[in-house]
Amino acid sequence: MLKLSNVTKRFGEHTAVNNLSLEIPESEMFGFLGGNGAGKTTTFRMILGLLDKTSGDITWQDKPISYNESHLIGYLPEERGLYPKLTVKEQIIYLGRLRGMKKQDILQKLDEWLERFKVPEYLDKKVQELSKGNQQKIQFISAVIHEPKLLILDEPFSGLDPVNVEMLKGAVKDLKNQGTSIVFSSHQMEHVEEMCQHICILQKGAPVVHGSLREIKRSFGKKNLNIRGDFSMEFLKDYRGVASYKELPDGCALQIEDEKTAQDIFSSLHGKGFVRKFEIEEPSLNDIFIAKVGASYE
Amino acid sequence: MNKFWTIVGHTYFSRVKAKSFIITTAITLAIIIGLANLPSILEMFSSDDESEHVLVMDESEIYSSYLQEDEISGGAGITFENFEGTEESAKQEVIDEKYDGLLIITTDENNLPEGSYYANRISEMGEQVEIEQVLQQLKTVVGTQETGIDQETLATIYAPVTLDTEQLDDSARTAEEMNQSRGLVYVMLFVLYMTVLVYGQMIATDVATEKSSRVMELLISSAPPITHMFAKIIGIAFLGLTQVIILLGGGYFAIQANQDTMAGEFFEVMGLTNNDPVIYIYAVVFFLLGYFLYATLAAMLGSLVSRIEDVNQLIMPMVMLIVIAFILAATGLSVPESTMITVTSYIPFFAPMIMFLRIGMLNIPIWEIALSISILVLTIAAFAALAARVYKGGVLMYGKSGSLKDLKRAINLSKKE
Repeated sequence: MLKLSNVTKRFGEHTAVNNLSLEIPESEMFGFLGGNGAGKTTTFRMILGLLDKTSGDITWQDKPISYNESHLIGYLPEERGLYPKLTVKEQIIYLGRLRGMKKQDILQKLDEWLERFKVPEYLDKKVQELSKGNQQKIQFISAVIHEPKLLILDEPFSGLDPVNVEMLKGAVKDLKNQGTSIVFSSHQMEHVEEMCQHICILQKGAPVVHGSLREIKRSFGKKNLNIRGDFSMEFLKDYRGVASYKELPDGCALQIEDEKTAQDIFSSLHGKGFVRKFEIEEPSLNDIFIAKVGASYE
Repeated sequence: MNKFWTIVGHTYFSRVKAKSFIITTAITLAIIIGLANLPSILEMFSSDDESEHVLVMDESEIYSSYLQEDEISGGAGITFENFEGTEESAKQEVIDEKYDGLLIITTDENNLPEGSYYANRISEMGEQVEIEQVLQQLKTVVGTQETGIDQETLATIYAPVTLDTEQLDDSARTAEEMNQSRGLVYVMLFVLYMTVLVYGQMIATDVATEKSSRVMELLISSAPPITHMFAKIIGIAFLGLTQVIILLGGGYFAIQANQDTMAGEFFEVMGLTNNDPVIYIYAVVFFLLGYFLYATLAAMLGSLVSRIEDVNQLIMPMVMLIVIAFILAATGLSVPESTMITVTSYIPFFAPMIMFLRIGMLNIPIWEIALSISILVLTIAAFAALAARVYKGGVLMYGKSGSLKDLKRAINLSKKE
């Protein structure tokens, strides 16, 4: 279990991470959300020991993390970086050995991974000759080749085409099922929604939402209501219980406080005209993110 | 420790295998071999340089017979030939390039010879210098004979004076000893100077390259920054060693293979023989201390740069330091006892060169050497500690860079707050 308790990081006057407490259980995927500059990368760097925390504690399996555990930790940095002039093989051997692996094991694993990502021909290619998406695959391999117990992925899917995203997602899920704790950050809510049981939304270094995804959605309360019809729905703008109103060409999309409001609206619509569609939807993570993070911007 | 050697190995092999390294080493080796063969190459070009043929017209008919004697004209490389005929026809011979020149010797009012020289082209360093010497010699011989001084007396007067020197202070080095170590000191100064310039730059560039390709963050998440930094320094040191061994070895064999006599002479002139073995140990000690001091500095400066283009700008201060040290040391070779040299031999950045110079050129008490080495070791330790902090923050720092102000930013970044 990775445990962060009351972690704070200050750069001079600026507080990058403010009193952050998290628990990430084993074999779990934990989603880290937040706008740009919210403190996600800083948090990761503190977990890895690249930056010293100003205060608080970070423990893994009840021990502070040091370089002695580096063979158990995998890291995919936000800023991708490999040696442009080295071949994929040389690259991964070097990085793998730094994680405490033997050359033979590295080569064997590398073959398996390249096979899995359907790029075995890249073994002896220089990294600078690969496309950005393929470099990303190599970068991913370098993060997982030593079968880490704790894997930190900073924006793992950015810049990939949908096919490659699915390929990488599959790999991440397999690692999780093998017992790896995974922390990952993303701007793309649907990835987090699909893969994570627990999430944390950071806002200016402090967690605004934190917990299991299902709980968060339930406690958010608000629901989405989509109505399509041939008449004006302007009157719903100021309707009691309607949090937000968005006009669409053939209707509107509402955010409502609870189901009771939906029932009220449903009866109010009676006699106004023909209703093509009336649908209540669970809020998406995107809605929650915008509501929570957007609110504090206003 | 394993990771340390992994990084050392990677630094070393990725450089050794690089085309740029192989080409640079090959070119330098070619230049060294070329220089070693310089005498034979020069000889090859000057082999067609035959002796000059000069016509002589002598009214008195006494001087021309002297000119045939070896004592006067020997060694000048000029063959004199008497000409019977008019001045005009003699000049014509020269114009037709049958002879290189025409020398007309006349007698002046003191009954001594003087001459006029005619040639198609008169160059400043040409044969007229030698002809002037020959005439001077002729004048001396004729003049002394006129006044009745015989050759032997003359030779005794002209023999060089002898001056015996002896030092009363036993601890001081004799001039002979000083000359012997001067060569070694000079070699060590030069090698350290080149090493810092070439390999210091290499370390800084290497660090900057890893930073700009962003692979650095991955590296320091696997191994501590300080391990990484020192592994880099050691890796480049091995690289330097490889290059120096290739170059020195190549040079040595080139000299030996080409001229057996030259090799011995070369080392004797450079003062590389008959030195006290202790001085070689000092050479190695001060060289290593100098390398580590400047290498740490280079790694620290390299970690501040985010683009390789900025490396040169940032290591400028380091380059200035080593240039100043070298100039001071070069000056100190002739005045090793001056106060300035004594003082600078304790200043860390200059000490590796200047303390070694003093050891080589003077007899200085062991405590002075120990003090200088201690100061150096302490400075290196302090710099390593500072560099490790800067490195830790510096490698995570991106954006506009290229000034020493970043030093403070980097230290702040590696601090707790």
